[in-house]
Amino acid sequence: MAPNQSQLRAALLDPAQPSPAGLTDGQGKPTQKRFDVYRNNVTVALSDALRASFPVLRKLLGDENFDQLAPLFARSHPPSSPLMMYYGDAMPTFLKGFAPLAHIGYLSDIARLELGLRRAYHAADSEPLDPAVLESLAPEALQASTLTFAPAVQLITSDWPLFDIWRYNMVDGAPKPQAVAQSVLITRAAFDPSPHPLDPAQAAWITAIQGGKTIDAAHDAALAIAADFDLSPLLTVLLQNGALIRMTTPKD
Amino acid sequence: MSNTMKSVALVGAFAAAMTAHATTSAEAASKEKCFGISLAGENDCAAGAGTTCAGTSTVDYQGNAWTLVDAGTCTEIELPEMADGTERKGSLEEQTRDLPA
Amino acid sequence: MLDATRHPPRLPAAPGVGFKPQHFNALRSDPGPVKWLEVHAENYMGDGGRPHAQLRALRDNFAISVHGVGLSIGGEGALDAAHLGRLKTLLDWLEPASFSEHLAWSTHGAEFLDDLLPLPYTDATLTRVTDHIDQVQDTLNRQMLLENPSSYLAFTESTWSETDFLAEIVRRTGCGLLLDVNNVFISATNLGYTATGYLDAYPTAAVGEIHVGGHDEDTDDQGAPLLIDSHGCAAVDPVWALLEHALATTGPRPVLVEWDNDVPDWPVLRAEAERAAASLSAIAVR
Repeated sequence: MAPNQSQLRAALLDPAQPSPAGLTDGQGKPTQKRFDVYRNNVTVALSDALRASFPVLRKLLGDENFDQLAPLFARSHPPSSPLMMYYGDAMPTFLKGFAPLAHIGYLSDIARLELGLRRAYHAADSEPLDPAVLESLAPEALQASTLTFAPAVQLITSDWPLFDIWRYNMVDGAPKPQAVAQSVLITRAAFDPSPHPLDPAQAAWITAIQGGKTIDAAHDAALAIAADFDLSPLLTVLLQNGALIRMTTPKD
Repeated sequence: MSNTMKSVALVGAFAAAMTAHATTSAEAASKEKCFGISLAGENDCAAGAGTTCAGTSTVDYQGNAWTLVDAGTCTEIELPEMADGTERKGSLEEQTRDLPA
Repeated sequence: MLDATRHPPRLPAAPGVGFKPQHFNALRSDPGPVKWLEVHAENYMGDGGRPHAQLRALRDNFAISVHGVGLSIGGEGALDAAHLGRLKTLLDWLEPASFSEHLAWSTHGAEFLDDLLPLPYTDATLTRVTDHIDQVQDTLNRQMLLENPSSYLAFTESTWSETDFLAEIVRRTGCGLLLDVNNVFISATNLGYTATGYLDAYPTAAVGEIHVGGHDEDTDDQGAPLLIDSHGCAAVDPVWALLEHALATTGPRPVLVEWDNDVPDWPVLRAEAERAAASLSAIAVR
């Protein structure tokens, strides 16, 4: 009796299982090692994809640790879609529940950041907002307006120095992370995603705008966290990186 | 902050940021400054590494049997008093003591 | 609006290479004999960004072949409608000269296993595969090419030879074939038949494209040679000989050099394309 694909799948993902019956070397002789080629292909292909997709995680853990983690994750969480560029969306939750690494609290946030960077890379193209639109508005109209972010823009919130940890691992000579809560804004001016550090008030402003709140309401949300909130640096980053694509002003 | 002050701050912020323009123009499709993102998780139709051993490990990596090798950059990152307020070093080193060898 | 000069309706009977982003500039300044490029469909199923921009730039100079690796045509379950939809979206805007997929399965339920997994050649498999190919060709409104797999084992329940199986699929669906001579060499070595015997029994009239690529060597439980389809090195001489054997029957066809692992600098891949050009020239003067 030949194995069905359900049985093949189970044996492919579990190295403790023997090669399914009904498979031969083409000459009628049974074979274990030939089935192992497929088992190897699946595990190695998925592990390689994870290695390429989570470079910061790999550096943080070291190659040997990551190479233990990758097949373990791959066999328990195979891709849910044939689009390998998005593989690993279960990694943040997996890391949170993985006891041997639970003491490194920021790993899950790093995994979310790396997934976000990949989503940004493949996000739809967009035309940035013409800054002239901003110049023409009266202050009251400005406050009542809402803003739309480019499809690539994402906010990765964190209680850890998320940007600093990313930079320490990806930029030569970057300083060691300081103990501050830091979220990351991902933008994509042309084709390359850029991460930007945000303090909690800036993150609150982005969250409010993403939720469709007015510029005035977003400002209030930021002021509630930091009374001295100044929008200028954040707005500069947004405009420089084509992160805003539309301003919607209510008609009187 | 009063509404007037807020509106002044907003207008000021927009004015200051106005001189900044999106830097999209010069960047060609070929020039890449990203961090390995473009080649992450590519689909192809090739087999993995040309051996039959890597996928057949029967080592049980579950739970505490996981053997941590103190090798990554997380050992260099010291982050005390984070998140939930507990003291932590963010290092693999300390935890390996609790794990069976 | 389809511009026939910009998007040739067919791949040219010339060398092509599997496109890798790191070769983007070199391909445009120094293409050598390369007239067309093949891309893996799934890598371009994002919403935009550099991958799409590169394809839009390249199709001005090269015919494009879209090669799917994730449709799981041999899957026991229904085809993934969402994935087929993504494929249609890609083909609609890119308007490639060719679309091809594999005689294999890779998806089970909601899981994608990222490998081209083997099928038993039975009547039941034949019905399933032909139904899926009909659905693909109807949805995409174009003919597809089906590629022969590289095999590491055989199923005891198989009742068809691979060549007869492919011929029957062509007869029932009207699809074309993508003949991978490296896969033929690998499967023949691994399963103990002759590669030329396979080609003699293969339905060559349906061939719309030929693949050449490199493989690794290992041994099985009995110490017998076991070749692995790694696409990580240059094609070996017997595979080039097999290409010329095939071309002698098919006549000039588009020939693709595949190199997916340990991708070399452009001149190394271009040299492989030049070798493919030489094989095509040898046929032309014969």
